[in-house]
Amino acid sequence: MNATQAIAKFRTCKTTGLRVFRNAEFFTKVNAVLAVVFLLVGAIAAIGLALTRWTAVHLLGSVYYYRMLTLHGVNMLVFWIIFMEMGILYFACTTLLNSRLFSKMLGWISLALMGIGALMTNYIILAGQADVLLTSYVPLKAHPMFYLGIILFAVGALIVCFNFFATLYIAKRDETYEGSMPLVTFGAMAAAIIAVLALAHGAAALIPTFMWSMGWIGPVDPGLYRLLWWGLGHMSQQINVCAMVSVWYFMGTMTTGAKPLNETVCRGAFLLYILFINLASAHHLLVDPGVGPGWKIWNTSYAMYLAVLASMIHGYTVPASLEVAQRRKGFTKGIFGWFSKLPWKDPGFSAVMLSIIIFGFMGGITGVTLGTEQINIIAHNTLRIPGHFHATVVGGTSLAFMGLAYYLVPLIFQKEFYLKGLARIQPYVFGGGIVVMSLGMSFAGSYGVPRRHWDVDFSGSILSAGFDPIAHVMLGLVGIGGIIAFLGLLLFIGLTVATVFFGRSNEGRPMESWQDEHSTRMKDELIEKGYEEEGKDYEHIKTPGTLTVVIIFLLTFAVYYFANWKALADLWFVR
Amino acid sequence: MSIFSPVGNWFKAPTGTERLWVGLALTWCLIMSVTMPYWHFKGKQNSTGESYKVEASAFLDRANQFIESNKVGEEKGVPIVEPSPGGDAYLVGEMWRWYPILKLKKGQTYRLHISSPDLQHGFSLLPMNMNFHILPGYDHVLTITPTSTGDFEIICNEFCGIGHHMMTGKIIVE
Amino acid sequence: MEEERKPPLGQRILDNMWLLLALGLAVPTISYTLWGIIELISMGDATLP
Repeated sequence: MNATQAIAKFRTCKTTGLRVFRNAEFFTKVNAVLAVVFLLVGAIAAIGLALTRWTAVHLLGSVYYYRMLTLHGVNMLVFWIIFMEMGILYFACTTLLNSRLFSKMLGWISLALMGIGALMTNYIILAGQADVLLTSYVPLKAHPMFYLGIILFAVGALIVCFNFFATLYIAKRDETYEGSMPLVTFGAMAAAIIAVLALAHGAAALIPTFMWSMGWIGPVDPGLYRLLWWGLGHMSQQINVCAMVSVWYFMGTMTTGAKPLNETVCRGAFLLYILFINLASAHHLLVDPGVGPGWKIWNTSYAMYLAVLASMIHGYTVPASLEVAQRRKGFTKGIFGWFSKLPWKDPGFSAVMLSIIIFGFMGGITGVTLGTEQINIIAHNTLRIPGHFHATVVGGTSLAFMGLAYYLVPLIFQKEFYLKGLARIQPYVFGGGIVVMSLGMSFAGSYGVPRRHWDVDFSGSILSAGFDPIAHVMLGLVGIGGIIAFLGLLLFIGLTVATVFFGRSNEGRPMESWQDEHSTRMKDELIEKGYEEEGKDYEHIKTPGTLTVVIIFLLTFAVYYFANWKALADLWFVR
Repeated sequence: MSIFSPVGNWFKAPTGTERLWVGLALTWCLIMSVTMPYWHFKGKQNSTGESYKVEASAFLDRANQFIESNKVGEEKGVPIVEPSPGGDAYLVGEMWRWYPILKLKKGQTYRLHISSPDLQHGFSLLPMNMNFHILPGYDHVLTITPTSTGDFEIICNEFCGIGHHMMTGKIIVE
Repeated sequence: MEEERKPPLGQRILDNMWLLLALGLAVPTISYTLWGIIELISMGDATLP
């Protein structure tokens, strides 16, 4: 017996009582650290972009604008978010299932592939040989290393998914848990299923493109490339949605003691994601040649909007579970008394709550509307699209992941944050900046301002073109919102990096609560009770506050949706 | 708890407010599901994606022939071309211009063929903000009826290399 | 008391990760990818009238 075997395979968390398995914990940590490293790279590119789109500043030259745009897209949408999600998968399949990780070896292999892939792609972009943006639409050609890096990264991530499913399998076989897997793990499983499909599409799109860039095969059909690439590009956003919703449920429990009202409804909603949300890749091809109206209408509707139903369900069940938890604590005054008593100073909570609001009211409503076959005519490739997805992926997913980090660092890295006052305001700064930027993009886009465009004054063009002065004001908002969000992001990176490497250790004792003693005690009592009363539901407790909010949401949605149809009806006739 | 395993039978239909909301949300989803097919048949603005395979050289030849036989003028060296009402018109998007300038009549319907000999481009008609995607090798046909008069700008809204921002064009409607 | 109480069918489906994995891969692959490829392949040649 060697020394390593003698070391215990898990430690028991002093805060939650859950078992943290050492080998999975290691991979959670490494993936989270790498995620933040690439987040920083993407953030530096982001500020350059925001200050270039702000026409009064117009910071970067055209070459650097497109290079930074490529760098930003690849690091934010692929590396930051998928590394973070892989960390979540490792956590969800071990600690929450009380199981060891299936294979440490596979963990290492996937980590090496993902790390090398991410470095290769970043290197070749910075070397100036891959100014093709994230989508790298053929026949635009990049250096082969660009495609190879992403392929290696995707293969590595696929191996993590395999390791995840294998761990679910051995956990069930070895009966490490009783009953069904926890909801958070179920949501992570939905994310993993979608990840397998997304990464497979990525391979199908990029492997032939890589071979073409090497000169081994002839050109790749641009229509087919778009079909397959968006299988990667949009489905990977659905991994984000599932991971984000899981984080909402997880943090709801951790910060308020909330419990899902009805497991069937929550899991059923995840099932709708698994089955139908990936059809939404069609949103990118709505004004494309090659695919007909039948394919477009059916796929863009996610099978009659059943995946939208799923998001609307989660958008109710998460806040409703918070409301029930608060009412059980005795905050029963009026419709919204419970709401004002939520732990707003706990950055883990505030980040997640802002994530729910931004994702629902801004990201969700715009996404479904812009993804309507005909309405897409007035949205495709305009700034309305980044306006939408900065509300979903950044204000939604990234902000939720930041909230998670405020608990992940003390619980998994076992380090306590410095400067907690700054941490408490960080979600508001970042979320606020993203809201301003996203609104600026959406309004500028409604004037037709294109996305991915260096100069909307079209300098040097033979036939002149330009935009209404109001569109330029909106682009100013993009710049200002971008600066605020950038500061919020730097604050997050600075705080977490400083804490992970130089924070005070809390090994052997519970993490210091972000909340005051009283609310911490009430929340812990609920978590304990929830454990005993598992299987019971709390639907008899009314949720008038949440119902009011979701009705307001539905009305907002309907107004925005039909206003867009009205705008469309004023256009030239086209078939 | 979302972090603990539910045991026993937990499968049951929602009740109370949750049931109400699921019903309302489902109703809204069904309304949206009906709207798209309805507009496809009754609406005037649709993206049917009518398109055909085409060789770049064949498309360019046809476009140049169209320009020669229908040319009515020139602006800054770019030919202005007037297609016959109800007829076919050709528009080429290439690095980095849209050509020719089209001169159309309000209320007339045209079959506008758009393609690219090089990269992917985004056809974006301003200030109306109508957008269609253009692929090399695909003859994208828009059956289009201008309903307003004036000068309209075409810009490119899909990244097509370093001169992307210089790619503009024009449609004149009388 | 020996009888084994089986959970309802819906619960067993939601607990069956292999079934969910298979459906989650099959539905979008058929509806989005395969149908999309068929649409692209069945496109006719341009006549350029």
